[in-house]
Amino acid sequence: MNLAAQDIRHNGGRFALTAAGIGLLLMIVLGMGGIYAGMVYEATLLIDRLDADLWVVQRSTRGPFAEVSRIPASLEPRLSAVPGVASARRFVYHTVQRERAGEPWRFSVQGLDWPVDRGQALPLLTGRPLGQAHFEMIADRTLGVALGERVRLGKDTFTVVGLTKGMTSSSGDPMAFFTLRDAQAIQFDQPGEALRLDREARRYRASAAELGQQQPGLLERAASPSPALPVLGPPTVSAVLLTLTPGADAAAVARTIAGWPDVTVYTHAEQRDLLLRGSVDRARRQIGLFRAILVLVSAIIMSLIIYTLTLDKAHDIAMLKLIGARNRVIVGLILQQALILGAVGYALAWVIGQWAFSLFPRLVLITGPDLALLAVIVLLISVVASGLGIWKALRIEPNTLLS
Amino acid sequence: MTAPALHTAAPVAAGFSVQVDGLTKIYGGGNTEVIAVREASFTVARGEVIALLGPSGSGKSTLLSAIGLINPPTRGRIAINGEPVMDGPRPLVDLRAFRRHHLGFVFQKANLIPFLTARQNVQVALEVNDVAPRAARARADELLDYLGLGDRRHNLPFMLSGGQQQRVAVARALANHPSLVLADEPTAALDGHLSRQVMELLRQVAHEQRAGVIVVTHDHRALDVFDRTLEMEDGALREHAGPAPEPAPVVKPLS
Repeated sequence: MNLAAQDIRHNGGRFALTAAGIGLLLMIVLGMGGIYAGMVYEATLLIDRLDADLWVVQRSTRGPFAEVSRIPASLEPRLSAVPGVASARRFVYHTVQRERAGEPWRFSVQGLDWPVDRGQALPLLTGRPLGQAHFEMIADRTLGVALGERVRLGKDTFTVVGLTKGMTSSSGDPMAFFTLRDAQAIQFDQPGEALRLDREARRYRASAAELGQQQPGLLERAASPSPALPVLGPPTVSAVLLTLTPGADAAAVARTIAGWPDVTVYTHAEQRDLLLRGSVDRARRQIGLFRAILVLVSAIIMSLIIYTLTLDKAHDIAMLKLIGARNRVIVGLILQQALILGAVGYALAWVIGQWAFSLFPRLVLITGPDLALLAVIVLLISVVASGLGIWKALRIEPNTLLS
Repeated sequence: MTAPALHTAAPVAAGFSVQVDGLTKIYGGGNTEVIAVREASFTVARGEVIALLGPSGSGKSTLLSAIGLINPPTRGRIAINGEPVMDGPRPLVDLRAFRRHHLGFVFQKANLIPFLTARQNVQVALEVNDVAPRAARARADELLDYLGLGDRRHNLPFMLSGGQQQRVAVARALANHPSLVLADEPTAALDGHLSRQVMELLRQVAHEQRAGVIVVTHDHRALDVFDRTLEMEDGALREHAGPAPEPAPVVKPLS
C-alpha cells in the first residue's frame, strides 16, 4: 500500500491547489530560462540567417547591431575584388518606430541587395520573395500586417508580398525586408520642406562663395536634388557581407581587409560573439540571478508546504511509529509526496507554459536542455524540501498518542 | 497473582505475556522531581485480561507507555512474551521492531489514519510487519469480519460511528497476533452499551488469541469482564483480590 498516494487521493483538492501553485512558480522559473534562450535566439537569428563569412563595418565600430555603422556603398565592388571573396552584399539595417491605429508600431528594416538577394532564404509562411526593385516588402507576421496589404512608409507605399515566421531583430522587434534602395529611402526619408530648406541652404552657401558668384550655373546645380550632385556621395550602408570562395582562408582574407584604414572586419563567429557579450550577456546575468532567487523561493515555499503537510500528519506518523513502522516508511511517505508534488508541479509548469508563453510579447524559447535542467532543479528542490518535513517526522514521538 | 522477581540473572517465565519488576518512572529532577510510578511489579498471563484503575494523574498511562516500550522507565525491568526488553532506561531489543511483532495498542480515540479505509488501517499494521499486501488484505478482512465490520471495510474512518472506529482499532491491534494488548481508556468515548461491547470483545480476543490484555479504565460498569484489577494511587500499584473496588472519587478529599 502506498501511503503517500492514499493521502494525496484523500486530500485531492488541497493537493491539486498546492500543485497548481508550485506549478505556476516553476512556470516562472522555466519562463526565465525561456526568455534568455529567446533573447539569444533572436540576437543571433539574423546573423545566422544571413550566413556571411565576413562582416565589413565602419572602422573601429562594432556594428551594425551593437552600434551604428555607416560605410559607403562603393565598398561593395572594392571588396568583391579581394582574392578569396566569392560575393559581396550590401547590408542596410535600422529600426523605425511609427504609429499605426494610434499605437506605437516598431520594427527593424533590413535591405536586401536586389536583384541578387530577393529574400529567397527567408522562412516564408505565405506569399513570395520580392519580385521588383521597389515598393514591395516582406514582413514578419508579428508585425501585424496582412498579405497584400499596402503600407505607407515615408513618401512611398509598399505592398506586403510575403510573411515570415520567427524573424525578429536582436531587440525582439519584428523584421521587415525591402530592397536595399527602399530601405535606404525609409532610413533617410525627409519631409519635402526639409529637402527644400536643405537645397536652399546649399544654394545660399554656394552664393556666398566666390566660385558661386563667378559661375551662376553652380547655384542652379546646388539647388538640385542630392542624388544629382556628384559631390555628394550616395547614401551609406550599414555593412557589406562577404561570402568566401570554397577553401579560402577566412583569416587571411580578414587580415587583408583589416589593413584598409576605413573599415573593420569581423568573422561570423566574432559578429555573433559581439552580440552575445554585449547587451545579451548583461540580460543573461540579470535573468540568471533572478532565476536563482526564484529557485530559492520555490525551495523555501515547497519546504514549508511539505513541513505543513507533515505537521498535519503528525498524529498519523506517531501512530505509524507506535505500530512499529520503520523510519523508511515514514521517510518514504514524506519524500514520495514531495516528489509527486514536484512532478505534478513540473508537468503543470510545462503545460501552462506552452499556452502562456505564446502570449508573451517576446519569444520565450523552451529548449530540451532547459526542460532537463528544470527537472533536475525540481528533483533537488523536492528532496531538499522534504528534508525539513522528514526532520520533523523523525522527531515525532509515538507516546504523544497517550497524552 | 504474585509477581515473580525479574532480576537480570533470574529466568524469565515463558508463560507470561508480560512481567514487570520494580518499575519506577521519575520525571524531572531536584526540586521538580515527580515520581510517576514507583516500584511497580506484576505479571499478566497469556489470555488474561486485567483492568488498571486509578484516579487521573495516578500514573496509569505512564505505566502503560513504559510497558508499551514508548516511554522508558527510570528503573526496573520489563519482559514481554518471555523476552527481557527493558533494563531500566536501557532497551535490550530493537523497541520499534519488538512493538511491531508483539504489541497491540487501543486508545481512548480510535486514532485511525484518516486517509485509509477500515481495511487499509488494519492492513498497514500488517504491511509494516513485512506481511505481503495480498496476505495483509486477507488477514484484515478476516479480522473485520470477525469484529462484525465486514461490510464497512471500504469506509473511511469519518464514515464510521465511534464504536465501529474503535472496533477497527481493536482489529489493528490484533492484526499481528500480539502477545500483549495495551488499551488506554478504550471505552471513554463510548456509551454504556458500546463500552461493554468493546470490553467483552477485548476479553474474547484475549482468550481466543492467548494474548495478555491490560486495560486502563475509569469505567466501573464493565469491571466484571476482567480477570483481575490493579489499582494505582500516587504512582504505587496494588492488586485487588476479589470483587472490583468501588469507584475512586473524581476529586480527592483535601487532607
